[in-house]
Amino acid sequence: MYEEGTIAAIATAQGEAGIGIIRISGEKALEIATKIFRSEREKNFNNADPRKMYYGNIINPESNKIVDEVLVVYMKAPFTYTKEDVVEINCHGGIVPIRRILELILRHGARAAEPGEFTKRAFLNGRIDLSQAEAVMDLVSAKTEKGFDIAMSQLEGTLSKEIKSMKGEVVDILAHIEVSIDFAEEDIDKIALNYLKNKCESIETKLKHLIKTAETGKIIKEGIKTVIVGRPNVGKSSLMNALLKENRAIVTEVPGTTRDAIEEQLIVRGFLLKIVDTAGIRETENIVEKIGIERTKELFNKADLVIFMIDSSKKMSSDDIQIIELIKNRKSLVIINKTDLEPKIDYSMVKELLGEKRIIKTSLKEDNGVEKIEEYIVDMIYKGEVKNKDDLVLTNVRHKNALERALTSIGEALESINKEMALDFIEVDIRIVWECLGEITGETIREDVIDHIFSNFCVGK
Amino acid sequence: MKFLADKYDIVVVGAGHAGCEAGLASARMGFKTLILSISLDSIAMMACNPSIGGTGKGHLVREIDALGGEMGLNIDKTLIQSKMLNTAKGPAVHSLRAQADKTKYHIEMKKTIEKQKNLDLFQGEVVEIVVENNVVAGVVTRTGATYEAKAVILATGVYLKSKIFIGEVNFDSGPNGMFPSQFLSDNLKKLGCNLRRFKTGTPARIDRDSVDFTKMEEQQGDEEIVPFSFLNENICIDQMPCWLTRTTLETKKIIEENIGRSALYRGDMDSVGPRYCPSIEDKIVRFADKETHQLFIEPEGVNTKEMYLQGMSSSLPEEIQISMMRTVTGLEKVKIMRPAYAIEYDCIDPLQLKLSLEVKKVEGLFSAGQFNGSSGYEEAAAQGLIAGINAGLKIRGEEPLILDRSEAYIGVLIDDLVTKGTNEPYRMMTSRAEYRLVLRQDNADLRLTEKGEKIGLVSPERFQRVKTKEKRIKEEIERLKKTSVSPAKANDALERANSSKIGGGITLYELLKRPEINYKNIEEIDFSRPKEILRDIVKQCEIVIKYEGYIEKQLRQIKQFKKLEKKKIPDEIYYSKISGLRLEARQKLEEIRPLSIGQASRISGVSPADISVLLVFLEQRRRRKED
Repeated sequence: MYEEGTIAAIATAQGEAGIGIIRISGEKALEIATKIFRSEREKNFNNADPRKMYYGNIINPESNKIVDEVLVVYMKAPFTYTKEDVVEINCHGGIVPIRRILELILRHGARAAEPGEFTKRAFLNGRIDLSQAEAVMDLVSAKTEKGFDIAMSQLEGTLSKEIKSMKGEVVDILAHIEVSIDFAEEDIDKIALNYLKNKCESIETKLKHLIKTAETGKIIKEGIKTVIVGRPNVGKSSLMNALLKENRAIVTEVPGTTRDAIEEQLIVRGFLLKIVDTAGIRETENIVEKIGIERTKELFNKADLVIFMIDSSKKMSSDDIQIIELIKNRKSLVIINKTDLEPKIDYSMVKELLGEKRIIKTSLKEDNGVEKIEEYIVDMIYKGEVKNKDDLVLTNVRHKNALERALTSIGEALESINKEMALDFIEVDIRIVWECLGEITGETIREDVIDHIFSNFCVGK
Repeated sequence: MKFLADKYDIVVVGAGHAGCEAGLASARMGFKTLILSISLDSIAMMACNPSIGGTGKGHLVREIDALGGEMGLNIDKTLIQSKMLNTAKGPAVHSLRAQADKTKYHIEMKKTIEKQKNLDLFQGEVVEIVVENNVVAGVVTRTGATYEAKAVILATGVYLKSKIFIGEVNFDSGPNGMFPSQFLSDNLKKLGCNLRRFKTGTPARIDRDSVDFTKMEEQQGDEEIVPFSFLNENICIDQMPCWLTRTTLETKKIIEENIGRSALYRGDMDSVGPRYCPSIEDKIVRFADKETHQLFIEPEGVNTKEMYLQGMSSSLPEEIQISMMRTVTGLEKVKIMRPAYAIEYDCIDPLQLKLSLEVKKVEGLFSAGQFNGSSGYEEAAAQGLIAGINAGLKIRGEEPLILDRSEAYIGVLIDDLVTKGTNEPYRMMTSRAEYRLVLRQDNADLRLTEKGEKIGLVSPERFQRVKTKEKRIKEEIERLKKTSVSPAKANDALERANSSKIGGGITLYELLKRPEINYKNIEEIDFSRPKEILRDIVKQCEIVIKYEGYIEKQLRQIKQFKKLEKKKIPDEIYYSKISGLRLEARQKLEEIRPLSIGQASRISGVSPADISVLLVFLEQRRRRKED
């Protein structure tokens, strides 16, 4: 898990940009910088003042040629992100100078950092706690703005704070239980089962809420798997373009795992949409016929969202009707496009077939209705449950897992309370809740309860 | 003038609750043993409360008994009232406590020691531990007597440089008018021991005839006495009552007016006292909104009028103590026989000890009891027993007895002290034990007798009895699992027990899971029940069946715990060379030198991140070795 040595990596995003930063961390950081950096102000960079920007050139010591004009800063351990010696080189953006400088660094004693390795060191060196470290990992891999925001707020410890406050409540319950066990003869008010029950239920609610947000968190992190279906020329490409036009685009084609699957990614209001096109269904006149009803179902099952497009200027086909049947009970959006043309579609029949399902009428050609589609998608992500955009969203599997175990245990504690078991049995499960919460923030916990007892109860002989 | 007085295998310094157990264990293991004490009249002296046991502490006494220690037997001989605490709660926290006749307790223990083969008793103050090349060689007393020894056990209690505080008055003194030990501290410091200063206190003793009991609530013992020792079956005595009363607003006022005269608040003492045992002035200050505090008045013995005023330990001046006490309901005309006092003493930082209770810096030197930073007779006795055993095992050249946290409260106690250290006199509580559903006072014999027998403190016959008991319990549970009853046969009995009727056949095992069902109320439908079944076996069966789910959960936790305990850390590791560790963690690990990853994870100042670094390091080390 912890590999020794000095590591280096490009710290800024790949691609054309005004400036690029390369970060070196470890014992040899300064030594390496001294080998390849020449500054007018400080001939020997070994004597550089920490936290000062030095202007100069990166030189290839073998050929004595200038590689790039740079600003370099040295940060001395332990007052750095990794708590190790760190050197940062600000060079011109553009893939060529950055790569050349990195290669030079690697030739002179550093090795390429693994993804997230700086953060791993920050964690292992005790600079940040576990949940902060995981947030940084998420930050590194955040693909969208939304994911970025969540990772940022987690980094600031929103999750730690929430968990800590919940843990505080659990400690309070435990202290109440323990004091009535260990100081049985003191005149301390007996703990009422009803009080315990209320407290546990409140914690249960909070846990459930946090876990629910995990699903949202997953979507934010991994993107929404979306399938767009509809007859050729219904406007599927127009829809893609319209969504693209409105938003910043990343369009990459990645080979899918299923046969012939192609995935296009686009960002809608900060959320990542992954448009899956299996076996070219977008070009198919009749997908149910082409790939079979079972496979169509399977395809829809795998999707977080099915967008079904209908051409209002044509009568509905049997395939349309079959698809409507298939999407009836799942998260889907029906778009009736081409409203600029004369309608031939039987709206009452559509309504009858779709029931409560949301229908959005658009004329993509006239740029009409795209807003509504975006709104619907965002709504769907939040499911009306996560109302506040800045709400804490759980994005980490380990956290979710620990919270789920905590939820199970608080449920078992409540069961014991309902069965009117003795306090020491109820305590067993509450203690597990406490341990699960401690796992998330990565703290050692046992002494909490005893300290709490002595600060809040008058006990003694 | 020093002179060679004698040669022993093991010398025990101090004859309090730790020293007595240590000396007896060592002698019973066959070692020539000497107990040295400042006064032979203070053997097993109960310097504070007149009771043994209580929550957590009662568990310790039963464990001491199961391992072959003396405390359980001695309190059974001398108790004047017995009570099982916490009976409204689960069986894991039922705790036995008995009021003792203090004088008798001392006399009986002294008798036992005097009768013990291999064990000598001598009145003398130890002033020096003789050490050669970091290995203990003996002790020297104030009179110059040198006793050579292969191992020495320090059980000095609160005697080292002890000082008593009563208001503005303070003077050098041991507890209860005993001499303090003035020289040993400096010698220990020279040997490299890091000593610190703790304090504790005791309330006044009052004259029974001056108390108006009619204004107080009588506290009776249990009708049926459960003995502490597994060797005793029944104890029949006339029990003496205790009394409950309360302080008044007037008490509060007097304390508040004179708080500045309390030794604790004058700043005379820079030692650390226990939070669970605050003085009355502490309680008034810290819980200012509480108008009254409860007090228990407990007899000190059968042949004395002295009574102990539990809840009112204090370091206020004597005259204020008197006026304060006279505001307590029923104590309007009280006469004090011994004033309350606070006492300050030297003790060792237990982080300097191994889990075997051997001092890391001096081979063969062991320590136990209040000297190790604990408080309480039971905590002291438990450590004394383990120190005695391990001193003996060391001489035998065998591995020390280390009980882990899932095996015994004694394990929790010692691991807490040695691994986490303590900043106040340490008291046992059931909440300190993670696995308390398994570590019950009722099954201490099943947990520990075998270990006692292996060491040689428990007779083979006694161990055989425990094995038979274990077998019987298993058989009985099997029988209950196999025995079914039909609705026709069971429903009448169930109705009488206020239990819901059954629709189909059900095993007795399942029936016993119902909270309202016990062994007694299904007797008439249990046709294959053995004629003579011991009460103890019934109890174990009921607990195992009724709380099966909870106990299993705890057993799973223990399995997890054991995994980390089994990951041993080799002796020759230099933590300063593991670069991923934070500085604080390096220092702590270097100081404590834990035996396992599990122990390392409990050290304060070692974070989970440090543990993962350590795990990675050990793994890399292992791979390098394999290459």
